[in-house]
Amino acid sequence: MKILVCIKQVPDMESRFKANSQGVWFEETDLAFRMNEYDEYAVEQAVQLKEQLGDAPEVTVLSIGPDRVVEAIKKALAMGCDRGVHVQDPAAATRDPWQIASIIASHAGDKGYDLILTGMQSQDRGSAQVGVTVAEELGYACATTLVGFAFSDGTVTAKRELEGGIKGVVRLRTPALVTCQLGLNVPRYPTLPNIMKAKKKEIQTIAVAELLKEEPLATTVSFHPPARKGGGIVLEGDVGVLVDQLLGILKDKTAVLR
Amino acid sequence: MKALLIGEYRQGKLLDSTFELFGFAAQLGGETAFLLVGDETRLPACDGPLYLAEAAECGEYNPDLHKQLILQAVARENPDFIVFVHSSYGWDLAPRVAARLKAAQVSEVIGLTDGGFEVGCCNAKMRRTVKPSTARAVLTIQAGAFPARQPNGTPRIQRLAATGNGGLEFVGYEPAEAKDVDLTRAEVIVSAGRGVGKKENVPVIAALARALGGELGASRPVVDAGWIEHSHQVGTTGQTVSPRLYVACGISGAIQHLAGMKKSDFIVAINKDKDAPIGEIADVLVVADVMQFVPALTARLQR
Ligand SMILES: Cc1cc2nc3c(=O)[nH]c(=O)nc-3n(C[C@H](O)[C@H](O)[C@H](O)COP(=O)(O)OP(=O)(O)OC[C@H]3O[C@@H](n4cnc5c(N)ncnc54)[C@H](O)[C@@H]3O)c2cc1C
Repeated sequence: MKILVCIKQVPDMESRFKANSQGVWFEETDLAFRMNEYDEYAVEQAVQLKEQLGDAPEVTVLSIGPDRVVEAIKKALAMGCDRGVHVQDPAAATRDPWQIASIIASHAGDKGYDLILTGMQSQDRGSAQVGVTVAEELGYACATTLVGFAFSDGTVTAKRELEGGIKGVVRLRTPALVTCQLGLNVPRYPTLPNIMKAKKKEIQTIAVAELLKEEPLATTVSFHPPARKGGGIVLEGDVGVLVDQLLGILKDKTAVLR
Repeated sequence: MKALLIGEYRQGKLLDSTFELFGFAAQLGGETAFLLVGDETRLPACDGPLYLAEAAECGEYNPDLHKQLILQAVARENPDFIVFVHSSYGWDLAPRVAARLKAAQVSEVIGLTDGGFEVGCCNAKMRRTVKPSTARAVLTIQAGAFPARQPNGTPRIQRLAATGNGGLEFVGYEPAEAKDVDLTRAEVIVSAGRGVGKKENVPVIAALARALGGELGASRPVVDAGWIEHSHQVGTTGQTVSPRLYVACGISGAIQHLAGMKKSDFIVAINKDKDAPIGEIADVLVVADVMQFVPALTARLQR
């Protein structure tokens, strides 16, 4: 059995974002990058399935981006993936979801993966398109937003999260692609021995030009902060003073402290 | 300009969010056509064509087949936009349709700007303006971003049929977990987010909730990590609340959390990040470390 996990490296969401010089995405300097949270669930699920099947499946982890994304690939290898594919693309941030999906689909096209896992969306773009588009391009069965996953005899039984806490249970025959939602599992922390072992695992580098054949279908024309609706009071300073200020406001504006 | 609006039907009911598609279309301007996999005996009013397939035959959730139905309607209507709600149905189905049409997709639209679409990014902290380069585009709109609009008139029903399931079989629904706390009745809710740092810190937030005579709420990561039970979760996949006072402790303000608490009468956010999007809707944003500020506040209330 062959499994592919697709991951993205994204900035820490607690960073301050500034527009880059073109004004269409964030300026990368000073940002710390990490694995997209949704993708951590995908990696963990792939590794759990490998363990369930007695180590038999080979798990490949793929990431598209500049050289920094190798760090995310290494983390996935330390979590238990077997081999890495780095699609080297310094301009990855300028690609639209269609192009990213087409790069993955052209890599996966002749590899015969039985199962592909992705996050349901990235934390930075949040388009929630790439996984489904890859499935569509490859003709794989596809389910999104998984909070439950079980595999036996070539069939995935998945629990999709719907609004309001309801779940939808679906069965997929492989080859299949699933997109993973928060809370699907508890991603493991790589242990030191596994980090050491991961250093010996192969990471193949492929130039993006070999896989990218598509033009973008959409363009970002501006990246900017939201317009402040204003009105809210911002309190800053010494904690003792802040407590007094807040209590004053609550007494004034709400009925809960009377 | 013409928009094909894709309604959403679940457990035998047309979802209210479907009407936000009509509100969006009104802002977009031009004609609309409506597509629904639903129940012929319970159709909403609407003018213009209504492409209909029976949910009893086509399934409420059978994305591959629904995709085929939509493609048939697209071939007949030739719309400029195909519009879904950005929901578990819409974000699952829209990219399938877009890929088949090789049309641009813009996800989770929150507004219209001069020829482009406004979308959130970076966990709602920033915005992008996106322009489709293709003549036809697929859009998903953020739930709650556009006003619901009830159309009137008698639809011209056009029947659709298709078969197949793309290798996916729908087994059934699983109900939401029973709630042991009913946050919807609470006057005060103090919620803990990931910013509280660790499970051991949760009692500090719970103590503030008690001091204010309220209940403990939680953002999703705190629930996923097992720090607080799911019954306390606020948001699209938790409870929707509207207390007199909502205190968000170390919560960034992602749209899925806001959707569950933005109707609160008064919102206080405690966050060390002055730019956290929760500041957008908070009446008061206290820029501080929760673990310093919250115990100090609780101590003052107990005096
Ligand atoms: C389909 C779907 C459904 C979802 N449903 C829900 C839902 O129902 N409810 C929900 O809550 N989320 C939901 N989410 C998740 C949501 O997108 C966010 O990931 C989540 O709300 C973030 O939780 P948070 O604010 O606690 O954590 P984060 O986004 O990590 O924010 C932590 C905040 O704490 C601040 N902070 C950190 N340390 C401190 C400190 N010491 N003092 C003060 N502040 C600090 C940070 O500045 C940051 O703003 C859903 C997501 C999806 C895709």
